Amino acid sequence: MSGGVSRRALPGFGLGLGYAVAYLGLLVLIPLAACLVKAASLGPSEFLAAAWTPRARAAYALTFGASLIAAAVNVVLGTVVAWTLVRYEFPGKRLVDALVDVPLALPTAVAGLVYAALYVKTGWLGQFLDPLGIQAAYSRLGIVLVLVFTGFPFVVRTVQPVLADLDAEAEEAAAVLGASRWQSFRRVILPTLIPPALTGFALAFARGLGEYGSVVFISSNKIFETEVAPMLVLARLEEYSYAEAAAIATVLLGFSFVMLAAVNSLERRSRRHGG
Amino acid sequence: MAAEPETTPLNRRRGADPWYVRYLLVGLTLGIVGLLVLVPLVNVFSQALANGVGAYVRNLFADPDTRHAVFLTLMVAPVAVALNVVFGVAAAWAIARFRFPGRAVLVTLIDLPFSVSPVVAGLLFVLLFGGQTAVGAWLRDHGYQVIFAPPALVLATAFVTFPFVARELIPVLEAVGPEEELAARSLGASGWQLFWKITVPNIKWGLLYGVILCNARAMGEFGAVYVVSGRIEGQTDTMPLRVQKLWEGSDNPAAFALASVLTLLALVTLVLKVLIEPKVRADKEPAAKAG
Repeated sequence: MSGGVSRRALPGFGLGLGYAVAYLGLLVLIPLAACLVKAASLGPSEFLAAAWTPRARAAYALTFGASLIAAAVNVVLGTVVAWTLVRYEFPGKRLVDALVDVPLALPTAVAGLVYAALYVKTGWLGQFLDPLGIQAAYSRLGIVLVLVFTGFPFVVRTVQPVLADLDAEAEEAAAVLGASRWQSFRRVILPTLIPPALTGFALAFARGLGEYGSVVFISSNKIFETEVAPMLVLARLEEYSYAEAAAIATVLLGFSFVMLAAVNSLERRSRRHGG
Repeated sequence: MAAEPETTPLNRRRGADPWYVRYLLVGLTLGIVGLLVLVPLVNVFSQALANGVGAYVRNLFADPDTRHAVFLTLMVAPVAVALNVVFGVAAAWAIARFRFPGRAVLVTLIDLPFSVSPVVAGLLFVLLFGGQTAVGAWLRDHGYQVIFAPPALVLATAFVTFPFVARELIPVLEAVGPEEELAARSLGASGWQLFWKITVPNIKWGLLYGVILCNARAMGEFGAVYVVSGRIEGQTDTMPLRVQKLWEGSDNPAAFALASVLTLLALVTLVLKVLIEPKVRADKEPAAKAG
């Protein structure tokens, strides 16, 4: 990384920085501030009455729980897929590798639409679950399923490069020193996989917290049952309860910023260890 | 990603895992990607074409509201992308070429919109420009409709796609280094000559990469646009919003027909991404060699 040049050596520092800061301020920071000001206009007790109702708590709990489960599932699925893509050759490998990115490129509305269609009783996949008494569409399970889809690429793409860079010699040395396959996996490979898997988990979890487009199709949107927090914001907005909507949005923003800080510190730590 | 150069250790490692582990994991991977990604993709096209090609084409082109949704998406997304390209170039130039107080904060703030829920992003603009606010009332009295109109669609879309171009350009510009620009400067090139003749050619692949990712998200955005659009049929429905409206109206073949267009867009995006990725990586190489 070059250390940066003197402001006299190259032109455009003032213009570039000025424009970037102005645009950031107008498009992102002022709107965010407007939301916080609106929420603050409520006063502490009204804020709690708006953002901490039983209905709101149920929505937060569902949003958190579903995102957490989906991110945890993705740690397992993502690690398996990353492992296979890095260590084995098989026909169609490049296609599989490219397909991993589909959830990042596919509009969330399409994901929600097709997942709902797949998991209804008569759907391609729902027809197998229905005889087992599992209702996947229009249920909490459906929300988790679609969040697994939207978060799927994150763990794969954080674990994959670390596995590819993994020191083969360390693994061999472990084998030479008499470590069993399982020991070398547990002592040599697993510790290096944990930081990137955690980063991927945090990214998938953060993505799930805010997800709306895909969830709205597959959730029945029932209060206390399948209403996620972003849906509640919209419900308040449709009642023209702007301050209440802003209060719930502020709680969500709080969660988001904590997650952003967590991801940043995880990435910094894994970079330090990854060298 | 960086697996290619070390084929020997890779092959050795591959041999190290017993065959049943290999078969099990390859099978699991095919199952996971198949169920999670491939089956839904096939299902989109199968449902879109359920009533034949004729019905598919009619679903896409015969409905004026659907046509307008396609038109609106094609208008809104490029404006939002263009706004973020100008920002991305300006921010990358300042961040990659210079050191200044608050630089690290600025880098962190660029990623901020990614962590904001799209619904909250939309709400921000309703709270700023809605008819209930002073700003919104003033704009309305002077004949400007922002909320429930294309300007708000552009703002909401620009917000959720804000980081894409900047975060691609910063590492590329850092890797290219300022040497050529400094040389051109010492030979008397003006600021804009330097920008168009040296900087832009150097970062073109990174820029294109950022634009493609930004555009895919812009065209597919749902939550943020949903909140600010008011969902006025034939006026403020973009393609993803139209998909939902058709689906709510139980017109599944039409919803899936439009969804299949968005799916094709995503697949084209991924193909372009795979094609451009090596060039972007090559642009980032010099820095890796230098230190």
